[in-house]
Amino acid sequence: MATYYSEEHEWLTVEGDVATLGITKHAAEQLGDVVFVEQQEAGDDFEKGGEIGVIESVKAASELYAPVDGEIVEVNEALAENPGALNEDPEGAAWIYKIKVTDASQLEDLMDLDGYKALIG
Amino acid sequence: MTDAPKRTPLHALHVELGGKLVDFAGWEMPVQYPLGIMGEHQHCREKAAVFDVSHMGQVILRGENVGEKLEALCPQAYATLKPGKARYGFFTNADGGIMDDLIVSNAGDHYFVVVNAALRHQDIPHMKAHLDGVEVIEIFDRALVAVQGPKAEDVVGALCPAARDMKFMETIVADINGVECRISRLGYTGEDGYEISIPEDQAIEVTKAFLAHEDCEPAGLGARDSLRLEAGLCLYGNDIDQSTSPIEASLGWAIQKRRKEEGGFPGAERVQKELAEGASRKLVGIKPTGRAPARQGVEIQCAQGNTIGQITSGGFGPTVGGPVAMGYVAAGHGEPGEVVNLMIRGKPQPAQIVALPFVTQNYKR
Repeated sequence: MATYYSEEHEWLTVEGDVATLGITKHAAEQLGDVVFVEQQEAGDDFEKGGEIGVIESVKAASELYAPVDGEIVEVNEALAENPGALNEDPEGAAWIYKIKVTDASQLEDLMDLDGYKALIG
Repeated sequence: MTDAPKRTPLHALHVELGGKLVDFAGWEMPVQYPLGIMGEHQHCREKAAVFDVSHMGQVILRGENVGEKLEALCPQAYATLKPGKARYGFFTNADGGIMDDLIVSNAGDHYFVVVNAALRHQDIPHMKAHLDGVEVIEIFDRALVAVQGPKAEDVVGALCPAARDMKFMETIVADINGVECRISRLGYTGEDGYEISIPEDQAIEVTKAFLAHEDCEPAGLGARDSLRLEAGLCLYGNDIDQSTSPIEASLGWAIQKRRKEEGGFPGAERVQKELAEGASRKLVGIKPTGRAPARQGVEIQCAQGNTIGQITSGGFGPTVGGPVAMGYVAAGHGEPGEVVNLMIRGKPQPAQIVALPFVTQNYKR
């Protein structure tokens, strides 16, 4: 099990060919109070860089971009009812999708925790 | 604007309080403090919050018959505004559009005007050019602080007992902590409260005295925006601008009867025509049915799928507990209860037209 980070402030914890995806604590802090999460459905596939959702805070709407190619296998339905969970536990209970990673070589383009810490300063 | 953003007299306090500072209309202003927009909003509705609004333009007008002369620029009855009273109004242009909205107070020996930050550069020359024989003095050495919320009377009254006896839209000069301030019982949150003009040297000290009250927290521009939206109050640049008439903007209540009848202000022809025949569009409240906020620029469609207007302000209303918005819809639409669709990211989301405000205004009448 390894966790990767994207420049778009997402985390991706990979186990086999399935990964859990969410936004980082830093991202959640920058967004402020989250009031709405627009998620795609299980079965939707996407390419790296494609829009796979929208997170709206009191302040603004922010797109969620796919860090790798893949397919959504599970959606965290709890976020629809309780979008504020993204502020409380963004790197735990408030994961957004479980995805199937279709091109594992793309993981090499992502950062490890040290790299991500350097990015956010 | 290439200049570095300007700082208000409270800048050091914002930094000390952990405010997240952003550039707003050329000013470095706190959008929120550590409590967050949602928490600050709720605190203002339930207790009291302090906002720095020093970026707004404070102007003194001195001369003979200032009220009468203002009537040539504004559709409000400022000639009959009594000493000690304040009145919301706007400058109109020759086409009946709104140049800016403002608060005018009759301070006895002068008039005190507060205009929007982004339009100081327009409004000051406008008044200088058209208020013949009136000295127009823009104030640069005073902060403007809003204390808003049901506990605002306790917060300000604890330091200035005279403030407790004031009614909505009254203005006085009184000491707070030994500092002479102009205190006006008004605001832009839908709550009871005050806007207080304070000499810049003592602004932090006075603001800290408000914050020392257990029911008072600092709040930023983020909460100010969600509070005014829930209260159904227009934001210049979003809901009203040079092209929107006061009647379209549902601001007819702010034009007194005599002015509606007599006219005599820029664009009076259009305003009177719209009063008689109705406007081609009007500003209404819109309540999305789902949870997705509808923000500025979102298209409004009628049940038949035709475009009837656009959202001008929208977001999440913390007190309402869901999304709220305002926007213009074409004549023939806009009755409360009408079901519309909002085109959010290309997908229609159902919503209903509702009467404004979303949250009952809580003024001290």
